Amino acid sequence: MAEPEGAVGRSLPRSGARRLAFGRGRYSDDLRFPALLHLAFVRSPHAHARILGIDPAPAVAAVPNARVFTGAEIAEICAPWQGTMDHLPTMVSPPQHVVAVDRVAWQGEPVAAVVAASRAEAEDAAGEVAVEWDPLPAAAVRDRTLDEDVALVHPELGSNLCFSTTIGTGNSESALDEAAHVVDGRFSFSRHSGVPLEMRTVIADYDPGEGTLTVHGSHQSPWHQQDTLSRYLGIPEHLVRVVAPDIGGGFGIKLHVYGDEIAVSAVSRILGRPVKYVVDRMEAFVSDVHARDQAVMARLGVDGDGRIRGLSVDALTSLGAYGSLGRPPISEGMMTIMMAAGAYANERYDARLRVAFQNKPPSGMYRAVGQPIACAVAEQLLDWAAHAAGIDPVELRRRNYWSDEDYPLRTPGGLAIKRLSPRRCLDKLVGMMGYDALRAQQAELRKTGIHRGIGVATFLEMTSVGPAYYGPSGAHISTQDGATVRLEPSGTVRCVTSVIELGQGTHAALAQIVADRLGVAASDVRVVGGDTSTTPYGGGAWASRGLTIGGEAVWRAAEGLRANILELAGSILQADPSDLDLARGAVCDRGTGEPRIALSEIGRIGHFRHDTLPPGVQPELAVTRHYVPDAAPFALANGVQGSSLEVDVETGEVRLLDHWVVEDCGRIVNPLLVEEQIRGGVVQGIGGALFEECRYDEDGQMLNASFVDYLVPMAAGLPDIHVGHVETPIEETALGTKGAGEAGTVGAPAAIMLAVNDALRPLGARVTSLPITPESILEAVAAAERP
Amino acid sequence: MEEFADIELTVNGEKIAKRVEARQHLVDFLRIELGLTGSHLGCEHGVCGACTVRVDGSIVRGCLMLAIQADGADVWTIEGMSDAGEIEDLQEAFIARNALQCGYCTPGMLLTSAEMLEAGRKMTRAEIREFLSGNYCRCTGYHAIVDAVETVMESRFGG
Repeated sequence: MAEPEGAVGRSLPRSGARRLAFGRGRYSDDLRFPALLHLAFVRSPHAHARILGIDPAPAVAAVPNARVFTGAEIAEICAPWQGTMDHLPTMVSPPQHVVAVDRVAWQGEPVAAVVAASRAEAEDAAGEVAVEWDPLPAAAVRDRTLDEDVALVHPELGSNLCFSTTIGTGNSESALDEAAHVVDGRFSFSRHSGVPLEMRTVIADYDPGEGTLTVHGSHQSPWHQQDTLSRYLGIPEHLVRVVAPDIGGGFGIKLHVYGDEIAVSAVSRILGRPVKYVVDRMEAFVSDVHARDQAVMARLGVDGDGRIRGLSVDALTSLGAYGSLGRPPISEGMMTIMMAAGAYANERYDARLRVAFQNKPPSGMYRAVGQPIACAVAEQLLDWAAHAAGIDPVELRRRNYWSDEDYPLRTPGGLAIKRLSPRRCLDKLVGMMGYDALRAQQAELRKTGIHRGIGVATFLEMTSVGPAYYGPSGAHISTQDGATVRLEPSGTVRCVTSVIELGQGTHAALAQIVADRLGVAASDVRVVGGDTSTTPYGGGAWASRGLTIGGEAVWRAAEGLRANILELAGSILQADPSDLDLARGAVCDRGTGEPRIALSEIGRIGHFRHDTLPPGVQPELAVTRHYVPDAAPFALANGVQGSSLEVDVETGEVRLLDHWVVEDCGRIVNPLLVEEQIRGGVVQGIGGALFEECRYDEDGQMLNASFVDYLVPMAAGLPDIHVGHVETPIEETALGTKGAGEAGTVGAPAAIMLAVNDALRPLGARVTSLPITPESILEAVAAAERP
Repeated sequence: MEEFADIELTVNGEKIAKRVEARQHLVDFLRIELGLTGSHLGCEHGVCGACTVRVDGSIVRGCLMLAIQADGADVWTIEGMSDAGEIEDLQEAFIARNALQCGYCTPGMLLTSAEMLEAGRKMTRAEIREFLSGNYCRCTGYHAIVDAVETVMESRFGG
């Protein structure tokens, strides 16, 4: 693409990266606080148990400066919450104490908080707290959670069912009966988590003099924290301030508010001193929200030409013991059934979703929520259907996408689609892959006993979710963002945003947007955020919304400042503001582009020389705007991913050879940042496809809660990832972005699974459980060989 | 065993004498006692590499070494290596290539990359990936990091 003139559209390096690369990052645990106390939790070793008694005496004997707070003591100043949603009256979730009282429902649930002068002493003391347990039977085997003979996670509910629903057109079964080819499968997606390298961290500082609570923490939505802390601790909201300094990754797990985090503030409130808690890695595995954990049965029918006749999906999502506050635990499953095969023309679709509790850590959001499952299930069925019908899988996709004249449309799954570009993405991807040559090479190598596989998967990425969903839920989740853009006296610009930066580079992209509106260099714009006491109110970092919502707010604020600057310049120059423009750091003549007065002069006069201005002129050199994405319930990015890999059928090893992505995230503000979001997302998707799984035994004990045993992708063995773009700006916003943070994670597991099954096809073997391990491949090969 | 010990060491070229808890690991010592917070903790069990520091010329897991074991040692962290300008080309390559996102793994990643460059030769992408496999990055997917290291190898040893 041609290099654009302004900053938007250019691969500018990220300003914030320099600080981080020189060891000058300031993450929460790097900050210093006077008179700081350190907190450690006593956590339940049982998945389900009654707490018969807690004796703090041995802890205080071991560490005289330690203090122990039981769940009951914390509950005196902190109400329990309930993870239900107003718009889902049939969804149940019982009240949850921030620290367990009387009963624990997962291994790792906090039962007491211990503070001491140092982290080491707090841990020493926590290890000595004597808890008397009465262990109870646990529900910990996913596919049996709803069976009659399984223990109840919450006996008062009478069932482990949290929620169930059906959607669709009611005619898929008859359509499947009539289809020329019907394929089906039972798919399984492991329980895993976001695993950011920096663990959750919170430092709470309650000042009894002012009645203020200041919290520094590694969090994706400080506003959600502020609201929750205010409501559950009874501190007026304007006295609660939440600051997010540098954040070492989040991927969704840090947008939740956790009971243990609230407890830190509760303890600070009781003691009137700053209290710090840093989750350690083993605790993270049993206290961060878990995600995915879904079993899906699905059937797809196509006619003789490979055109989709009907699809049915039956999904069972297994939660942990509770839903999360303000973030519905059913999202993983709802996204699965809403979005399955959404890019394809189909009139006959039915789906059922059941969501069940288990005695495991609470469930929540992880990058791409439900969409990797929707994508993997539908795309695998399409691949099998292509082979059943004797049509190349890529050609089958091309035949089935919605046509351009179909838009706007509503899919039978209930997805409102304004416009997609899968054909253009597919064409570009096939070219980048050299698809035909790869197929020819695959066929040649098969003759020599080498099993290569190719997977091509179409994905949708729901982004920038608006108020139509979260409003009626009653959750205090803001779907707007805000920004203040201010001209400094020297002519440089400061932008204060509600958008949270945790490495995506959104702040750098915001600077590019401001730069273009005000005709300055991006390096002359400083973007700051992450403090609920000083920035406009917003929603935080989730659903790939930073640029589409926060960027639009910034665009509007900069546009407002631009108008004010031109008006002031008009007064100074005695010119009509409509004859003036901003470019290259100056107010210039709109017609000729000739500079008339430097922005630094506007700044100097506007801030210091009001005496020289005509009477009645009031310079407004800071403008605040908010943006609510009200024109659509969400934005929808789309794309296609391709994987090439080799399976060693003797060892079960998968060797990833290459990976391609073509995505359409709307207008691209900074290709460098978008491409690295895509690549990072792909590798997290590969993690879900091949490595990541929280393994549990039947009693609800996590078996691999360390980095030694829980595998995440490492540099070796990963392929290079080739990224191409199709740009279809959305029309609802001036900027036209959609969002790109999750696209990689949505499509990668599908592409990998399809490629593995493509490699195994000559053997008649199939794998449909993620992660795909060498063991599962060998089992599938052995099963195929059995008569 | 005594609970405390006196140690003397050099950190980023400065002589340091401190009384430390025998059980304190090196990165807690650097972070808590010296305020050198550029070295991070990602697991504290020696897997993720976020705590990588250079001790007597070789990179080590700072979480698997006790501060008292560094008695007499020459320790370098990201702060000192940055000030010395020794890895500036590597840092600039990381920035230009956007080879860091949240930045939490980056100091460790840079120190490991610096050691890789000490081999004094260009490596294949597979070799670079192999060398970096003791350092986890959860954001980038590693591709950009491999690119950045390759760029520096090209400029230092190219031609």
